[in-house]
Amino acid sequence: MRLELQDLTVRRGTRVTVDRASLSAGPGEFIGLIGPNGAGKTSLMRAALGLIAASGSSSLTALPPARRALAAAWLPQTREAAWPVTAEALIRLGRIPHARPDADPAHIEAAMARMGITHLRARPVTELSGGEQARVLIARALAQDTPILMADEPIAGLDPAHQIGAMATFRTLADEGRLVIASLHDLGLAARHCTRLVLMDQGRIAADGPPAKVLTPALLAQVFGVQGYFAETPEGPVFQPLRLTAP
Amino acid sequence: MKVLLPLSALCALLMLASLLIGPAGAGLGGSLAALWSGEGALGLVMREIRAPRAVLGLLVGASLGLSGAAMQGYLRNPLAEPGLIGVSASAALGAVIALQTGFATAFVLALPIAALAGAVLAVGLILIMAGPGGGSLALILAGVAISALAGALTSLVLNLSPNPFAANEIVFWMMGSLADRSWLHVAIAAPFMAAGAAMLWGAGRGLDALTLGEDAAASLGIDLPRLRLRLVLGVAAMVGAATAVAGAIGFVGLVVPHLLRGAVGARPGRLLAASALGGAALVLAADIAVRLILPGRDLKLGVVMALIGAPVFLHLIWRQRRGR
Repeated sequence: MRLELQDLTVRRGTRVTVDRASLSAGPGEFIGLIGPNGAGKTSLMRAALGLIAASGSSSLTALPPARRALAAAWLPQTREAAWPVTAEALIRLGRIPHARPDADPAHIEAAMARMGITHLRARPVTELSGGEQARVLIARALAQDTPILMADEPIAGLDPAHQIGAMATFRTLADEGRLVIASLHDLGLAARHCTRLVLMDQGRIAADGPPAKVLTPALLAQVFGVQGYFAETPEGPVFQPLRLTAP
Repeated sequence: MKVLLPLSALCALLMLASLLIGPAGAGLGGSLAALWSGEGALGLVMREIRAPRAVLGLLVGASLGLSGAAMQGYLRNPLAEPGLIGVSASAALGAVIALQTGFATAFVLALPIAALAGAVLAVGLILIMAGPGGGSLALILAGVAISALAGALTSLVLNLSPNPFAANEIVFWMMGSLADRSWLHVAIAAPFMAAGAAMLWGAGRGLDALTLGEDAAASLGIDLPRLRLRLVLGVAAMVGAATAVAGAIGFVGLVVPHLLRGAVGARPGRLLAASALGGAALVLAADIAVRLILPGRDLKLGVVMALIGAPVFLHLIWRQRRGR
C-alpha cells in the first residue's frame, strides 16, 4: 500500500504548521522524518492520518476510519497508558480494528518477541519503566499489523541498545514490505537505518531523498544550524553532528 | 468472567434478602408463598411493597455502577463519577421544583417526571456546550458548570421556600431513598435505564482503546465524537432515571468501579458489566442495612451510602498510597 500526500496544509489559528507538503512513499521504505522542533513533523503525520483537519489530500483520509485503522498504525509521542492493565492486554488493543480481535494471538506474540518484552507480558504497564513502556507501546502498534506504520519520536528516551534494536526492527518491517515513517531527532541513527530521509523546516518539506543527499552541509547549516561529519563506511552511512554554525 | 458469576450470585442473594426483610415479620417459607400466591395482606406487602423496592434497588444500583465505570473509562480518571456531567444535580432540581410548587402531589409519577425533565434539559445544554468535537475536557467543564448552576438553583428554591414543610420534604427527598416505591416507579425508570445500558454496553471497545489516549484510539478506528455522544446519552438516561425515582445517591458510581478494577485486570470495557452488578449489590445491601439498623426511623439510603462509601474510599486511597 502506498501513501500519497498532495499539498497537505495544516493551519492552527493563523499559523501554518504544515505548508503544502507533498510526499509519495511505498512498501519497503523506512522514512526518517527529521527537522528542528516545531518544523511540523507531528502535524504532517497526524494530518496524513486524518487526526487533525487539513486541506490538500492524503490517500489515508480518503479511506473510511475503520479501513484506515487496518491500513495505518499510529504511535503518538505522548506515551499514554491510563490503567494498570497488563502489557499483554495493552498490546492486544492493537487488534481492535480487526474483525475478531482475539482470533489470532500470533500477532501479539510476534510483536512482543520483536520488541523483546515477552518477559514483561504479565506486568501492569503502569509499573514499567519509561523505556519499557515505550517498547510495549511500539509492540501495540506492531500488533495492529498494518501495511503502514507511523511513529512520533518512537525511540526518544530509550537506552542505546533498545534505540538500535527499535530502529533495526523498523528497518526489518520495511524490508518485509511495509512502509514505516518515524519522526526522529537522532540524525546518526536516522542516517544509518532509514532508507530515505524527509527534512522539514517551518512546515515545508525542505529536502527528500537518501540520507547522503539530505544530510548535506548546506541543508544542515540552513535548517538545523549545525555542522556535522558524514561518511559512507563499510558499516553503512555514519553521521555525527559536531558544532553549531557561527551565528 | 470469573468475577461476573459470583457478583450475579451475590445480587440474587441480596434480592432475596431484600424481599424477606421488613416490618411485617414473616418466615422465609410464608413470605415466598405469599409472594407466589399474592393472597392476603402478606401477599400484598410482598408484591406491592417489597418486590418493587428490591427491583428498584437492583436497577438503581446497576445504573449508578455502570455509569460510574463508563465515566471513569471515558475520562481515564478513577475519580470521575456519573454526577460529573450535571445530570443528577439537574434531575434533583426538577424534583425539588416539583416538591416546592406542589406539582409533585398532582399524580403519582409527577415527581419522577419533573426530575427526568430536569435531566433532559441538562443533557441538551451539555451537548450544546461541549461542542461538536470528540474531546473530553469541554465535556467536564460544561458538566461542572451545569452541576453548579443546578445546585445553586436548588439552594435558591430552599432559600425562598415559604413553607417549612415543603423545605423539610425537599431535604429528605434529596437524601435518597427506596422506601414506599411502587411498580409505577419501576415502570417509568426501567425503559430509560434499559436504553442507557444498551448505549453504554456498546462503548466497551472504545473505552478499551481510550486506554492509549484519544489520538491512538482515533487511529484504531474509534469514532470519538460518537463515543462521547453515546456516553453522555447513556449516563444521562441511567442516572437521570435513577435520581428521578430514588433521589440523590452518591458514592456508588465512584466506589464500585474502583473496588472492582483489579478483579477485571483494569480493562475499562470489562469493568462495565462487573460494575453494574457490583453497584446493584451495594445498593441492595445498603437498602437492607437501612431497614435493619434503625427499623422505625426511616433512615435514608443516600446517608447510609455516603457513610459506607466515604470510609471505603479513604481506605482505598490509603492502600494506593502505600503502593498496594
